[in-house]
Amino acid sequence: MDFKSMKNYIYWLYCQFELITCSYLMEPWEKLLFYTFNVIMLVMVLYTAYIFVPVHISTAFQFFLHLFGSQHENTVSIVK
Amino acid sequence: INHIVHNGGLYKRPFNEAFEETPMLVAVLTYVGYGVLTLFGYLRDFMRQWKIEKCQNATEREEQKDFVPLYQDFENFYNRNLYMRIRDSWNRPICSVPGAKVDMMERVSHDYNWTFTYTGKVIKDIINMGSYNYLGFAQKAGPCQEAAAKVLSQYGAGVCSTRQEMGNLDKHEELEKLVARFLGVESAMTYGMGFATNSMNIPALVGKGCLILSDELNHASLVLGARLSGATIRIFKHNSKYQMKRKITDFRRYKEAPTIKSTYTEFLFLNSMEGSIVRLPEVIALKKKYKSYLYLDEAHSIGALGPSGRGVVEYFGLNPEDVDVMMGTFTKSFGAAGGYIGGKKELIDYLRTYSHSAVYATSMSPPVVEQIITSMKCIMGEDGTTVGKACVQQLAENTRYFRRRLKEMGFIIYGNEDSPVVPLMLYMPAKIGAFGREMLKRNIGVVVVGFPATPIIESRARFCLSAAHTKEMLDTALKEINEVGDLLQLKYSRHRLVPILDRPFDETTYEETED
Repeated sequence: MDFKSMKNYIYWLYCQFELITCSYLMEPWEKLLFYTFNVIMLVMVLYTAYIFVPVHISTAFQFFLHLFGSQHENTVSIVK
Repeated sequence: INHIVHNGGLYKRPFNEAFEETPMLVAVLTYVGYGVLTLFGYLRDFMRQWKIEKCQNATEREEQKDFVPLYQDFENFYNRNLYMRIRDSWNRPICSVPGAKVDMMERVSHDYNWTFTYTGKVIKDIINMGSYNYLGFAQKAGPCQEAAAKVLSQYGAGVCSTRQEMGNLDKHEELEKLVARFLGVESAMTYGMGFATNSMNIPALVGKGCLILSDELNHASLVLGARLSGATIRIFKHNSKYQMKRKITDFRRYKEAPTIKSTYTEFLFLNSMEGSIVRLPEVIALKKKYKSYLYLDEAHSIGALGPSGRGVVEYFGLNPEDVDVMMGTFTKSFGAAGGYIGGKKELIDYLRTYSHSAVYATSMSPPVVEQIITSMKCIMGEDGTTVGKACVQQLAENTRYFRRRLKEMGFIIYGNEDSPVVPLMLYMPAKIGAFGREMLKRNIGVVVVGFPATPIIESRARFCLSAAHTKEMLDTALKEINEVGDLLQLKYSRHRLVPILDRPFDETTYEETED
């Protein structure tokens, strides 16, 4: 039974998406075009995120580590 | 903003008006929706231009391409690409009297609303929430109908002449005396068409050297009449007395003050798109201070407001002699057609000679006159029954109940607590079409309104309540509206109302809205 209400909920969410983006009013070929475009954009964004985000995070992490590391050295030199 | 205005004794009762702000997320999503539709509109136009798709709307012919264009660019773009998609919610053909319930002919479209075909079936007993049937006089049986049928057999249907030539019947004289008595003015004159009452009489009253102050949301008939008259027009924001005052003083100070012979302020008493009521006490105070004349359009409020149905002047408890020109129509509360203008005897005598309607337009048809006479006598109580008073009270009760229940459910409702016109905000373009269709599936007929009658993001569904609606009908309608509201997610309101137990309506119960 949980699956049925889950399915109903997802269908309701899909209806809201249709209403907000006005694809409820479109003819079938327009809907196809619109959804294809949206799916392609989403796939491209996700793929870019998958490739670049770990690299960016590790670069940023290294940068901050280097920044704090070099500051430690500076204080040491002043004390000397 | 909810506020209860007492204004130092000008108002004898609280004035509750609320226009809740559009939630930011909803506004953004509405623009997104319109953006997507515009893009697809451009795509379709491109395809039509390059003959990939057949062009089904009216365009100019090849030979006329070098002439001045016949169709305005954006308006036609909107029409082709947005309006056509949801066109099945408008111009629905009805086939019975538009009372509390109505029959509608079913129609389908196989090419996405460019053409319609009738299936032959008739959808019966649709609860009618779209007709301006405020007091329930749109009936096909009853005292009004019998009297009108008798007059029809006596006088016929057509008058075949204008008022000034051979079209002045004794029925018209009787009606005008009755209207004057009903409104509490010295004299009145009636016309065959409500729109023409405004557009043809304002040019007769106002001329080139006058200043007209007109409300921003005035009806097309008032705007047309003002433009035809040739006077200077200044527009002020809806119901804003500060702007009104500012415009008069600015004008007097900076412009040709000596050439201004008279100043007219035009108002729409009960605005049919917003559901708001004009702040009459303040307007009259301003008018007296600046010595200008007041022209009121009571098309929707006559018969619907006030303890005995005499309109907004009675609703606020003011003197009808303060208003110089009282105009109204018989289309809404009286179940007939036509309009009237009431005022001082000299004014009406002047209008009898100089009004364009009196000289050129055919006068009112006799059965229609009789319908108005009977219904007006019924409202005043002169036919010996209390049906009229009961109708007025039933309308007020229905209004309060319906508005309160809708607000409790969480919809955004515009307008004054006492106005029988209830606009429910929809905002998004797809929801306009979806709301109309879903409500028709559940056997309720509503009117949905979008651009250009309203601002582009503020599209709404407008319910017109009637004294003919029983509580059961309203309950059914409310249940269905609740269901559709959940299905389409229309409950945008961020205010929480305290649900109050149902109290019987009487003159002293007022309800407050709380955050």
